[in-house]
Amino acid sequence: MTDGQFGIFGGDPWWLVLGKTVAIFALLVLLTLFTIWWERRVVSRMQNRIGPNRVGPQGLLQSLMDGFKLAFKEEVIPKAAHVGVYWIAPVISATAAFIAFAVIPFGPTVSVFGVETPLQLTDFPVSVLYVLAIASIGVYGLVLAGWSSGSTYPLLGGLRSTAQVISYEIAMGLSFVAVFIYAGSMSTSQIVLAQEPIWFAVILLPSFLIYVTSMVGETNRAPFDLPEAEGELVGGFHTEYSSLKFAMFFLAEYINMVTVSALATTLFLGGYLAPWPLSLWEGANSGWWPVLWWLIKVQLFIFLFIWLRGTLPRLRYDQFMKFGWKVLIPVALVWVVIVSIARLFRNDVNLSNTELLLVGAVVIVVLLGGSWLLQIRANRKEDRRAQAEEDNARRVNEVLTGAATGHPVPPLPGQRFEYTPRRATVTSPAIASDSADDSAKEEGTDA
Amino acid sequence: MTGGEVGTGEAIVFWVSGTLAVIGALGMVISRKAVHSALFIALTMVNLAILYVANSAPFLGMVQIIVYTGAVMMLFLFVLMVVGVDSSDSLIETIKGQRVAGLLLGIGFSILLIAGIGNGLMETSSVGLNAANSAQGGNVEGLAALMFGPYLIAFEVTAALLITAAMGAMILTHRERWMPKRTQRELSQDRFASGEHPGQLPPPGVYARHNAVDTPALLPDGSTSDLSIPEPLRAREDVRDVDHADIEEVRQLSGGSSSTEGEDR
Repeated sequence: MTDGQFGIFGGDPWWLVLGKTVAIFALLVLLTLFTIWWERRVVSRMQNRIGPNRVGPQGLLQSLMDGFKLAFKEEVIPKAAHVGVYWIAPVISATAAFIAFAVIPFGPTVSVFGVETPLQLTDFPVSVLYVLAIASIGVYGLVLAGWSSGSTYPLLGGLRSTAQVISYEIAMGLSFVAVFIYAGSMSTSQIVLAQEPIWFAVILLPSFLIYVTSMVGETNRAPFDLPEAEGELVGGFHTEYSSLKFAMFFLAEYINMVTVSALATTLFLGGYLAPWPLSLWEGANSGWWPVLWWLIKVQLFIFLFIWLRGTLPRLRYDQFMKFGWKVLIPVALVWVVIVSIARLFRNDVNLSNTELLLVGAVVIVVLLGGSWLLQIRANRKEDRRAQAEEDNARRVNEVLTGAATGHPVPPLPGQRFEYTPRRATVTSPAIASDSADDSAKEEGTDA
Repeated sequence: MTGGEVGTGEAIVFWVSGTLAVIGALGMVISRKAVHSALFIALTMVNLAILYVANSAPFLGMVQIIVYTGAVMMLFLFVLMVVGVDSSDSLIETIKGQRVAGLLLGIGFSILLIAGIGNGLMETSSVGLNAANSAQGGNVEGLAALMFGPYLIAFEVTAALLITAAMGAMILTHRERWMPKRTQRELSQDRFASGEHPGQLPPPGVYARHNAVDTPALLPDGSTSDLSIPEPLRAREDVRDVDHADIEEVRQLSGGSSSTEGEDR
């Protein structure tokens, strides 16, 4: 790119670029295999079981063997599937999962065979947006899988994942804004460097919490795994997938987990920078050590994912959407406004102590007024509810007479609807008497 | 063009992405299934985004993918999937003179586009992408300076328009409640207060010999449960008898006495 600060990127020899790409690919596949095993072991531990412990030391090779088994299984493609889309959906999912990792920084500039290079495949001024963009392409995989399977449960799973990811992406994007404001950049390497004295997780705690919540929603993991809720939708969007295509969805899910964890590390936990007691040591932030700190932080997030899965039950769908739209997004918006105002005061406005106190007083008055308004609203709601219940109780034995107002109106809650006996349609005398009997009987059972 | 030379890499990106974008545009018009059309237009959008990035407009490229591919097309797909899995568009023209009007509008639009682009190429002298981007210290900074500087009013008005449209959609689809929504607690209290069986009914007794819903379940004391048979079967008295020996065996297993009291069938 044109900017000087990105000069260290794009200057690598071709073999180094290739090497980094292959290394990231290998790391992601290894992390997936490890995470599946780790998840099964940790969840087992939480549920007083043992978990896989047969293949390899401590069962470490279990997921590798499962992968082989999956690849050699028979592939079943439903007759009603739209073949082209059905085929490309898992490819989109897996590809998007892999390429999002291109902008994640693993470490500072190191020397590889005499070439000074940053431990990051590439970076550009908007690389955090790049991760968001790739994530939104990855959703196509799920949606198309749901649609192309030609079956009901996958379709429902696909619909759910669309709604879910669109909703949670908004909260996620809003949680980035505060980080961008503080770091003064949208490039991952710059954001990491901007956290040199103190991590953004500390000074931007609300953003961090919003991001952590929405990243679970974004990756379709428990307790937000509604697109594949097995109690309701069998397997969700991947119900009709088998063999290698299913394996690709599986792989994508775990890589996405690693990706959002790595992004959380980059944006909020100081990326590859050493945590506090270690950062006292001079050499902690140079050479290859930072890769270790980075890996530990990412593993912490992955453990959090597993912990959540082992602890929380799945949310009901409407509650989940309500949480996203009515809690996460408003809170994120208010927080962004607060951060912007604070930043503005720090950058451009010089205030004396009295003025600062005055501003504080105004803020407190506004907050108090707001809570007073909320209380009034709540009281009014209570009143309305009581009134409605009273009305309903009054109406319990009232009979609705459609002609009373001259219009055929539906009954109010509590009112009884009087069925008028239907006149028999006369076609021939014999049938007429028959159907009259029938309708009379029907009225009897209805009343 | 007064800019620099087109590099080999840029040329490759242009020919690959450009070709794919055109294929996507054609596919969108040609394909019969609405979902396929939506996918083709998504392909076009992604390729346009790649071209933007190649032309030193990374912010625009990313926003194009996030907003158009990620949100707008996704909503289109959502609607298409809700409307129907297999509904393909009917090819009957509903508006009279649709084709002629379409053709005329298309020609008019092309003239407008060609004139606009031609004007831009001929009249305006370009400073080059690098100079344009580095004027404010970067692509994003340059955009911000324009958007929150000379074009602030236009930007805010557009935002107000969008919010008004969103509010309008919400108001048009809003339905007034007759009465306050009943909470989960109230529903469950009602369920128990009504005095009816609050939980699920006992499932039918399915044995190895009678794999059917007309077989009543056995209660722990050996009697059969009426509730385990669907109501229509009960009304028709179409209920299978349970072997007396079976009942006796259940009673033995559950540690009851071998008397026959409590047996209703």
